[in-house]
Amino acid sequence: MNSSWILSVTTFIYGLAALLYLAAWVFHREGLNRPATWVVGLGVAGNTAGFALRWVESYRMGIGRIPLSNLYESLVFFSLMIAVIYLVVEHKYRQPTIGAFALPLATLSLAYASLAPNVSDRIQPLLPALKSNWLTVHVITCFIGYAAFAIAFGLGAMYLLKRDDNGTGTAALLSAIPPRRVLDELGHQMVLFGFLFLSAGILSGAVWANSAWGRYWGWDPKETWSLITWFVYATLLHARLMRGWRGKRIAVFSMVGFAAVMVTYFGVNYLPGLHSYGAG
Amino acid sequence: MNNNAPRKNRLDALWGFFTSVRLTVVVLLLLAATSVVGTLIPQNASPQAYIQAYGEFAYRLLHVFNIFDMYYSWWFRSLIAILAVNITVCTIHRWPSIWRIVASGKLRTASLEKRRPLTEFSDRHDPRELREGYRACIRRKFPRARLLQEGKGFRVVAERGRWTRLGVPAVHLSIVVILAGALIGSFFGFDGFVNIPEGGSVSQIRLRNSDATLPLGFEVRCDDFDVSFYKSGSPKEFRSSLVILENGRKVLEKDIIVNDPLRYRGINFFQSSYGPMPPKKITLTFTSRDSGRTVRHQVAMGRSVALPEGGGRFTVGEYRRDYRFRGVQVGAAVLGVLERPGQAPAEIALPLRFPTFDRMRKGDWILSVAGLEEAYYTGLQVTRDPGVPVVYAGFVLLILGCWVAFFMSHQKIVVDVRPSAHSSRVKIFGTANRNRLGFENKVRKLGAELSRLSPETQQGESK
Repeated sequence: MNSSWILSVTTFIYGLAALLYLAAWVFHREGLNRPATWVVGLGVAGNTAGFALRWVESYRMGIGRIPLSNLYESLVFFSLMIAVIYLVVEHKYRQPTIGAFALPLATLSLAYASLAPNVSDRIQPLLPALKSNWLTVHVITCFIGYAAFAIAFGLGAMYLLKRDDNGTGTAALLSAIPPRRVLDELGHQMVLFGFLFLSAGILSGAVWANSAWGRYWGWDPKETWSLITWFVYATLLHARLMRGWRGKRIAVFSMVGFAAVMVTYFGVNYLPGLHSYGAG
Repeated sequence: MNNNAPRKNRLDALWGFFTSVRLTVVVLLLLAATSVVGTLIPQNASPQAYIQAYGEFAYRLLHVFNIFDMYYSWWFRSLIAILAVNITVCTIHRWPSIWRIVASGKLRTASLEKRRPLTEFSDRHDPRELREGYRACIRRKFPRARLLQEGKGFRVVAERGRWTRLGVPAVHLSIVVILAGALIGSFFGFDGFVNIPEGGSVSQIRLRNSDATLPLGFEVRCDDFDVSFYKSGSPKEFRSSLVILENGRKVLEKDIIVNDPLRYRGINFFQSSYGPMPPKKITLTFTSRDSGRTVRHQVAMGRSVALPEGGGRFTVGEYRRDYRFRGVQVGAAVLGVLERPGQAPAEIALPLRFPTFDRMRKGDWILSVAGLEEAYYTGLQVTRDPGVPVVYAGFVLLILGCWVAFFMSHQKIVVDVRPSAHSSRVKIFGTANRNRLGFENKVRKLGAELSRLSPETQQGESK
């Protein structure tokens, strides 16, 4: 039993939780929401255990480093953050239907890590540039931000579905989705949270770059894309707070922002630059 | 006198232009959209590469707009400058109204009661009995609380977090501070590099993006360079042992690795690259074809050595890292000229990996390279950026400002308690400038807490 195995199993646990939430929503079985939450809890435990065991394994291999340094490890941490933030949201707002939109994202992330043939789960030693305490701060803050944006994306999708609530056949399905006002406000909270952590991620990356390469900003494609993402969400915040945008426009904006996050995370690996560590 | 008015109007119009949030939104979106271009088109490549990729015409067109170095172009810089002015003007414009609220001594809650109460309930006690318990409970959550007597009822007016309104100006200020720091760096800093061979020293560096050199005012010596590898073959550590010399005297010594630079007199030396230096000396062996006797000789590059038994002389030429012999890659090799009595001088190659390579020549003596002292040079990134502390101050302010602006709010509540038949009617009004949903939950919790307060136990506790 090793960390990769635990994490593969955790993929299915998240998948099961996602199915339970979906079933609870689609078939109006609210009784399923409670077990679904417990399954998410189990998934978080598995995800954490996999993360911790991988850390231990790296010490056994004589490498000894926190597992936050390549695509596989970042995906594992990403799914963990999505699940944890979702649990906090559920605990605070008591709207388990959100789980039907959040948990598939955690499942996808971990499934990509575990199943995609181009994502290696081998524990590799750190390259010289990555040997820095800023690595930990940078990756953790970035991925908390990405996870919050992922959930904001889910909430945006829910909002757009809910908007079509016209009292016809799908009405019963849509009635289980939280009220628009709640989705709008909660989505906004997630964007704020994500924006704070994205900022912290970009800034810690800048400090790190300055200690490794002697410059805090170099317009490397990943740096630039993280800034583009930051611009998109900054625009969203100004449109909302100063120009009173609400509802559909903000939901769409938030989904566009998440597309920018995805380019920053995955798309940039196809462009040349200093951030090639995240690619494989 | 008369032409002052239109000028003032124009200034007002300009001011109005820069106070608009629509401008902010447009500039942010333009920055986002144009930044994408620079990630798709490689920056600062050679003109030939661009012409090959895009063709002559597109190359010229893109070149006019500095697309190949777009983040440093006049138009991209102008966008950033407009954003900076926009932020500054907006902050100055809004400052008086923000400061009025933050610095005001008054609690202004009159408009609150016109709204719907966030929660209401009845209590079987008389307002007079509830008063002290309510005031204490509310004060624990809202330090600025005042009790107002109104006939037989009372109101508690309370607020908190007035200063959190400074969060937004702090974030905006932080952006301006970061940009100011970047400007300081670009005016008073430099970015250069230098290669120092092991054992060598330098006192000037070469600036990046220009051919200019810059004297350091002191000397840097590299005593040693080491590169270590993992078993997989990927690099583990690059380490240069550097010494700073002032007038020939050693003043500072430090081993630098990636992520741990040397800083001296505001100048930073970063481990950036490395490479092999041509060897200074090589060891040659001469093996006799007839007897198999072997003679070793150490010889400096460029020098000559006599073959044993009057067999001629060999002059060591250059060292090549990847030598091709008749089109075949043979790796590192030493080239040299062999002169034998009665024969024309011949250029021969001695690949390091194949010690018997020279047998092919069918000479009396077979030459090979038995060893060579390979030296490295260390490549250092050399920078000076006096703007960094300013930029970092901006970073801290940005994070703190975002935290305050996003997760703290200015909250006001009015708890209105009026007598009704043998009981009290309690209504709580309130507003927050942010996160109303969370605030309303909090007010409802406060309501629940107040409704559970029993004056009897309260008084019992206080006696």
